[in-house]
Amino acid sequence: MCIIHPFWSLLVSGLSDGFLYALIALGYTLVYGVLQLINFAHSEVFMSGGFAGYFILNRTIGSHTPHGLDSVLMVVLGTVGGAVFGGLVAFGLERAAYRPLRRRNAPRIAFLISAIGASYFLYNLAGKEFGRDAVSIKAPFNLDGNAFRLFGAQVQTYQVVVAVAAIVMLVGLDRMVAVTRLGKGIRAVAQDADTASLMGVNIDRVISQTFVIGGLLGGAAGFLFGLNYGVVYTMGFTPGLKAFTAAVLGGIGNIRGAVVGGLVLGLVENFGSACIQTSWRDVIAFGILVAVLIIRPTGLLGERLGRSA
Amino acid sequence: MSLLALQAVEVSYGSIRALKAVSLEVQEGEIVTLLGANGAGKTTTLRTISGLLVPRPGKVIFDGADIQGVAPHEIVGLGIGHVPEGRRIFPRMTVVENLEMGAYRRRGNLGPDLDRVFGLFPVLLERRKQLGGTLSGGEQQMLAIGRALMGQPRVLLLDEPSMGLAPLIVAQIFGIIKEIRQSGTTVLLVEQNAAQALSVADRGYVLETGEIVMSDRAEVLLHDDRVRAAYLGEGAA
Repeated sequence: MCIIHPFWSLLVSGLSDGFLYALIALGYTLVYGVLQLINFAHSEVFMSGGFAGYFILNRTIGSHTPHGLDSVLMVVLGTVGGAVFGGLVAFGLERAAYRPLRRRNAPRIAFLISAIGASYFLYNLAGKEFGRDAVSIKAPFNLDGNAFRLFGAQVQTYQVVVAVAAIVMLVGLDRMVAVTRLGKGIRAVAQDADTASLMGVNIDRVISQTFVIGGLLGGAAGFLFGLNYGVVYTMGFTPGLKAFTAAVLGGIGNIRGAVVGGLVLGLVENFGSACIQTSWRDVIAFGILVAVLIIRPTGLLGERLGRSA
Repeated sequence: MSLLALQAVEVSYGSIRALKAVSLEVQEGEIVTLLGANGAGKTTTLRTISGLLVPRPGKVIFDGADIQGVAPHEIVGLGIGHVPEGRRIFPRMTVVENLEMGAYRRRGNLGPDLDRVFGLFPVLLERRKQLGGTLSGGEQQMLAIGRALMGQPRVLLLDEPSMGLAPLIVAQIFGIIKEIRQSGTTVLLVEQNAAQALSVADRGYVLETGEIVMSDRAEVLLHDDRVRAAYLGEGAA
């Protein structure tokens, strides 16, 4: 049967894709938690991270080929650079596209239109500034190389890099939300914003910081994605929508749900397209979005970050 | 000089005026109660003091300073604790996390404050790792009061602490309100349960459709025919 035959290699590539979806999906779900808003411009935060990684690494690496520790440093540099730039773009996005609307209590549809407008603006700006053709990030390590074998399947070094980077960030986020003052502020605003302000939480600041955290993760994902697939001004569109699907699948507003949704989506895409045809890949992903919205709008884990009832 | 004062405060929701020239004063160390029927504007008054609503026109004076236009999260820091209507516990946070939220603006060791709250409400100590949403109504009310105390308020705003609770629990909570005052915290208590509220309060105001229609010492209000008829469930005869 199709699923069994390349099982381990499909599992590995499914998880690797899934980790990237999870990192992006967290940006949607965190912002939804505090604002009940889908930030559709988040795909451009992801794209910004890709370009930041491209400029930083291509300048730093120059014409030499990194080895060993140098490779690790370059990966860290690109990831951190992508994250920081993604965070900055997300910060600016909240200030320019959403905060003015919140100030005047604009209706929900205004936020959605503003999100789509900001998305168009950002990716067209990137297209104008950086050119319309895809560019490649100079490889900090051999992207085609294999790290080890797992039950007969080759695990690529790239997949290991994605998994390690994602796990570090996911664990960090989980701890941050659980124990830090900011994490508690984010949860409080998500559960009951008025009461959070009565406790002394500065809602504006928490919302801004939530955008930045989502931007850090999304920007890092943009770099990791761009490393393998290249960087272009439209690169955010499909991964952005898929990560949104992952967030909905796991339960929008639910942090662990975004991770579960991302991993499940990556696996289903990989096994599904192996079963049917590769060209069905995106159809499967968005079929899941439609199915979840119809059958179980609260997603797999339901909404845990947000309001309870 | 009073610790907290409202001066001719007007608040509107769209075209509906919820408060009309409301003036009241709370002296340091007092328990003052604000009585009134549903929709009279009691909750609106407390939300205005906390900065969630902005009076136009009118002034809110706390400790001699005009706090109109100050953001809610800064008003807490000035020393005004608010126990909102319906308790508004964070349902997916533990009891301890809810209490820590009450001290969000404070730094340093919260141990003595936690001990004090657990001393007032021993049941919260037993439940400290439970999620707020799993507590009973009475426990949630205790948690809401404890949470506000964690901010070391100089004045505590209590919005209908007896709502939906069994008489035994209500008596217990009113006992705690007296203890809170004895420890030096001023209390502004909003209630529909006029008999209970007047039994612990020093003074009271009666609010009707957004206007203060009566204000006096609690014993006087307790024996006033109009108050007895309207809020103590006794026939006017």
